[in-house]
Amino acid sequence: MTLTALAVLGLPFASFAAIALVRPLRQAGRLAGWLSIAAIACAFLGALVVWGSAPGTEALWGWIPGDEEPMVTVGVLLDDLSAAMLVLVTLVSLLVQVYSLAYLADEPAPSLGRYYAYQSLFAFSMLGLVLSPTFVQMFVFWELVGLCSYLLIGYWYDRPSAARAAVKAFWITKLGDVGFILGIVLLWGATGTFEFSELFELARSGQIPLAGLSLTMFLIYLGAVGKSAQFPLHVWLPDAMEGPTPVSALIHAATMVTAGVFMVTRTMPLFELVPGVLTLIAWVGAFTALLAATMACVESDIKRVLAYSTVSQLGYMMAAAGAGASAAAFFHLGTHGVFKALLFLGAGAVIHAVGTNDIFRMGGLFRMLPRTGTVFVIATLALAGVWPFAGFFSKEAVLAGVLHGHLAGPFVLLALTAFLTAFYMFRVVFIAFFGRPHDVHAHPHEAPPLMAVPLWILAGLTVGIGLRFVVHPLEGEHGPSWLAPLSLGLAAAGFVLAWATYQVRVVSAAMLAALFGPIDYMARRRYGLDALYAGLYRAFILGFSRLVGWVDRYLVDGVLNVLSAWTLRGGDVLRRMQSGQPQDYVYGVAFGVLLLFVWAQFWR
Amino acid sequence: MAAPGLSAYLVLAALVFAIGLFGVLTRRNAVGILLGIELMLNAVNINLVAFARFEADLAGLIFTLFVIAITVAEVGVGLAIVIAIFRVRRTVDADQLNLLKG
Repeated sequence: MTLTALAVLGLPFASFAAIALVRPLRQAGRLAGWLSIAAIACAFLGALVVWGSAPGTEALWGWIPGDEEPMVTVGVLLDDLSAAMLVLVTLVSLLVQVYSLAYLADEPAPSLGRYYAYQSLFAFSMLGLVLSPTFVQMFVFWELVGLCSYLLIGYWYDRPSAARAAVKAFWITKLGDVGFILGIVLLWGATGTFEFSELFELARSGQIPLAGLSLTMFLIYLGAVGKSAQFPLHVWLPDAMEGPTPVSALIHAATMVTAGVFMVTRTMPLFELVPGVLTLIAWVGAFTALLAATMACVESDIKRVLAYSTVSQLGYMMAAAGAGASAAAFFHLGTHGVFKALLFLGAGAVIHAVGTNDIFRMGGLFRMLPRTGTVFVIATLALAGVWPFAGFFSKEAVLAGVLHGHLAGPFVLLALTAFLTAFYMFRVVFIAFFGRPHDVHAHPHEAPPLMAVPLWILAGLTVGIGLRFVVHPLEGEHGPSWLAPLSLGLAAAGFVLAWATYQVRVVSAAMLAALFGPIDYMARRRYGLDALYAGLYRAFILGFSRLVGWVDRYLVDGVLNVLSAWTLRGGDVLRRMQSGQPQDYVYGVAFGVLLLFVWAQFWR
Repeated sequence: MAAPGLSAYLVLAALVFAIGLFGVLTRRNAVGILLGIELMLNAVNINLVAFARFEADLAGLIFTLFVIAITVAEVGVGLAIVIAIFRVRRTVDADQLNLLKG
């Protein structure tokens, strides 16, 4: 099984290396794409084999030598968690890569080759992260994932906004990563090992010193805050929409943002030692969920609505993880990965067809794009948590987990978010797909087969996963009997409000906005967080730069200027001594010799 | 009348050296300066010969021969330079030759 897992890991890397190193292949564009797709398809099959064999193995090799045994090991950790992640990552990567071939058909061939090199590297990085048996390996791949997200968000690097968004995503996640690596090192200092299995063993037998562990785990959690876009480091994610739409699907569904949740889930035995940090994670997650949901309600860019909904759903997962229900968190991660990929790819198909991101410039699309509309509505129903779609079950599991963890506050926030989720998603559906067409003369075209097939596969999975849990109800933790009606009722209320506001227009959107005046005002300005960071940047970085600049310009340069001015003036004075007459110099020499004689005669 | 001692020669040499130096320092004509240098060199020669005579050491005489030979060469080169300068500047007045003035 280890060999299969290594093959799953190695295939995308091989395709990356081939595309990156073989220049004609990269220049060929579509050929590189097909190679990358073939590699990830084989990896997907391998992942299915690994998943089907009920894995539970760990293989370790020494990396950095230590005194007796290696200080740092690398290897492959195969359990249910990593096997399920393998399937999710390879599946979504595969579908996204197939979809990209049509979506980016107009790109020049060398750019397309570059794109597929990044895609393969991204898949490799995420698979390596998922398989990590040690913190060090996880951190290495964690950073690789960050690098790939930077490369892909900035794929259209000649657009200033894309370049800026890529840098922003990179820096903001690095902010969290500083905490992550500090936490890893602190944990190593306390326990002397990086390996998860040893750490869990120590945690189980209570051998990890609890003093300072809260700080350590909080620092490790900071890494997840950056990667999984938790408040207050979520600001990079909406801007990441500057990348091509399939990239957004990949980042939001299978890679990058799930890394944080995966890491918390993976290291749950350690987090369980520090209940305070877990409670914080739950509160931050729930707060993030609600905050992002309110911002999604006022956004008019279809991709940004989805981006905020991703932030919101990540809040759900983190809240569940914080409540100790890591299984529920992971469950939601999986289902969300499927239907969020579907939503993004569907949105991509819409954007491909109409050529704009603005939902208010769409309208009536369902009649023109019935198939795209159908899959988008399916994904919307799943995201809103409507029975019997996949999202319903995972969302209920999350809510049950949070309730079971006796976290009433986060539960209320999450319930409110469930209502808002249904509202903002159906707001998009009603504005973009129903309602009056914006431009009656436009004739948008349905997606080409390469784009449509991934959509249908994901739609089938969204329904199929849901139906599977209708047939075989989820074993394990169940919420109270009123939970399912409550979440369904909230979703229905959101749907009805969106319907009344944007479809039959009995409720005026302006009136709603006025009713929630301050929230509307703040949400439109992203709660001032971007402005706050810009202000902090200006105040601290620019202020500090200005101070350093002053020191350099006036102190350092000043000293040098004074020195050079004195040298000049001194030279000017000494210059006058040079008469140019050799006789004067000889006179000086003779006088000097005379002085020497006198000195030798009388004072020596 | 007793033969003059070593110090008499040294005094003579010092006087000739001083006269030569005075000439080098005060003459404005380049040829005059060269003459002054000749006097200074010959003062040294007197010293060398005197010491050779009184210390019974031939090295001084050999040195003197060298100095005379070099002096001849020096005068040849010096006068050639003076003539070359005169051709360009139409003067050999040392006050006028101040290209190196700072």
